Amino acid sequence: MKKSLRGYRNGLGYLMLAPWLAGFVLMYLLPMIASLFLSFTNFNMLSAPKFIGFDNYARMFGQDKSFWKALGVTFTYVFALVPARLAFALAVAMLLNSKRKGLALYRTFYYMPSILSGSIAVSIVWKQIFGSGGVLMTLLNQLGIHQKISMLGNPDTAVYSLALLGIWQFGSSMLIFLSAIKQIPASLHESAKIDGARAGSRFFKITLPMLTPTIFFNLILQIINAFRAFTESYVVTDGGPLDSTLFYVLYLYRRAFNYFDMGYSSAMAWVLVIIIALFTAVIFKTQNNWVYYESKGGIGHDS
Amino acid sequence: MTAKGMPAPRIVSKSKGLPGSMLFHAVCLALGFLMVYPLLWLLASSMKNGSEIFTTALSLWPKTWAVFENYSSGWRGIGGVGFETFMLNSLIVSVVGTVLGVASSLMAAYAFTRIKFRLSGFWFACVMATLMIPGQVMVVPQYIIFRALGIINTLVSLAAPWMFGSAFFIFLIAQFFRGLPIELDEAAEMDGCGKISTLILIYLPLSAPAAATSCIFSFYWIWQDFFQPLIFINDPKKFTVPLALNLYTDPNSYSNYGGLFAMSVVSLLPVVLFFILFQKHLVEGIATTGLKG
Repeated sequence: MKKSLRGYRNGLGYLMLAPWLAGFVLMYLLPMIASLFLSFTNFNMLSAPKFIGFDNYARMFGQDKSFWKALGVTFTYVFALVPARLAFALAVAMLLNSKRKGLALYRTFYYMPSILSGSIAVSIVWKQIFGSGGVLMTLLNQLGIHQKISMLGNPDTAVYSLALLGIWQFGSSMLIFLSAIKQIPASLHESAKIDGARAGSRFFKITLPMLTPTIFFNLILQIINAFRAFTESYVVTDGGPLDSTLFYVLYLYRRAFNYFDMGYSSAMAWVLVIIIALFTAVIFKTQNNWVYYESKGGIGHDS
Repeated sequence: MTAKGMPAPRIVSKSKGLPGSMLFHAVCLALGFLMVYPLLWLLASSMKNGSEIFTTALSLWPKTWAVFENYSSGWRGIGGVGFETFMLNSLIVSVVGTVLGVASSLMAAYAFTRIKFRLSGFWFACVMATLMIPGQVMVVPQYIIFRALGIINTLVSLAAPWMFGSAFFIFLIAQFFRGLPIELDEAAEMDGCGKISTLILIYLPLSAPAAATSCIFSFYWIWQDFFQPLIFINDPKKFTVPLALNLYTDPNSYSNYGGLFAMSVVSLLPVVLFFILFQKHLVEGIATTGLKG
């Protein structure tokens, strides 16, 4: 009797899980295995893949200047974007965490851009605002600051204009912080106030430590997302000027679908996986030093 | 900053006086203007005369209105394919991908939270692991697999990656189910409900908020997806809206900026409309999962 109940449960569980499981095998597991295999081959889609061992990886690290360029650009982008976006989101969340009129309206304004993330229309707008003859240049001109090249046209600043696009979309991180701040027990702040702690020290001694699990979790997710960025560099700058915005995934895409170098781009994809895994591992390692868990469990939300 | 920490309404702080309040609203409004400026700029440019877009880049008010010209020329499409085709393709992929994907996610979330089956912990870890894997790893082999299956250049290839459910929605709905009392199951069982009828009769109606939130996010992501269509589709008749807009930006095939901006506005309309209607759901969805939306 008991055994048949367990059998029924297993059958039912897997029946319910079947669609996701099918997708997992078809869309994740098989492609990942195929991708790993292809990364050791020379494959141009016309003839059968030819096994070449670690040649793709050796070529990537040893000879391919564009690979190193793309890696550098992507690191710059990740480091310019992620800390700034998190800090900005936290600052605005603190600003909005009060009891005043109009908060819902402000929240709407700030959140709206982040639902448009990845939208190509937004990239088109960015190209016009930061491009030559665009809004920013015109504005600076009228203020008496004359520039020869636009922010997007300048190889030194182009990648930062793309980072700005990401920072502009800080809204969902802000909402996550806002809900985490609201979950901090008010009694903590009240007793600190009675002890004479000022707003500043209450922020650094109470609010910030209580938010570290949320910051930790969002840091990881956003780093992963930033490494995957593609649309911005493809639409706004097409990797230029002088490859200064050649994002890793853009270069991977070109290798695969402009040069049909499928083996090489598969190898690039796996190097990206390893980079992301390393970053995640390092951040996990450091968490004992700065992430404060009130009790075990909970990654910034209560269940 | 003047706005300080916590909801402690009984202690009235000095910063809530009139000057502090004015400063607060001034800062918030200025920031709000910066945030919506790019969108207002797009809207204004979509109504400006083609030559005026660049001569009066700063102005948010058209000197000469060209609403009809821009929107009708943009809607006419490109390469003999009208914009309504792109809209229809996007709509089909978004709706099919969303309905199937959220249904799959609901079933998986129910299994994870309410059925004790073998290896459920392992599979849940796999669900969360898919959050970490960059989609770009899969795209080359997916392309090869789809080509072998003969679904490259069809809308199926665009819905396929979404329709089996995804980690964000499984997590979101599972969090919601965990918040429902387990007594529901016990009561249903006593009334003779099996697990499947419990899901359909009890959990499905109750899960409406979580399911609605998932549907909205899903629709957004599929509607705006650019990477997959770029790779899987090259027949203009099968183009989705983002691909069509991308073609509009190519100066070799299209030079009508008014039409480009007008159709950019059209592409954002469903997104903004949904946002206005369902903002509450979105905010709750982000707050309860703690995951990025």
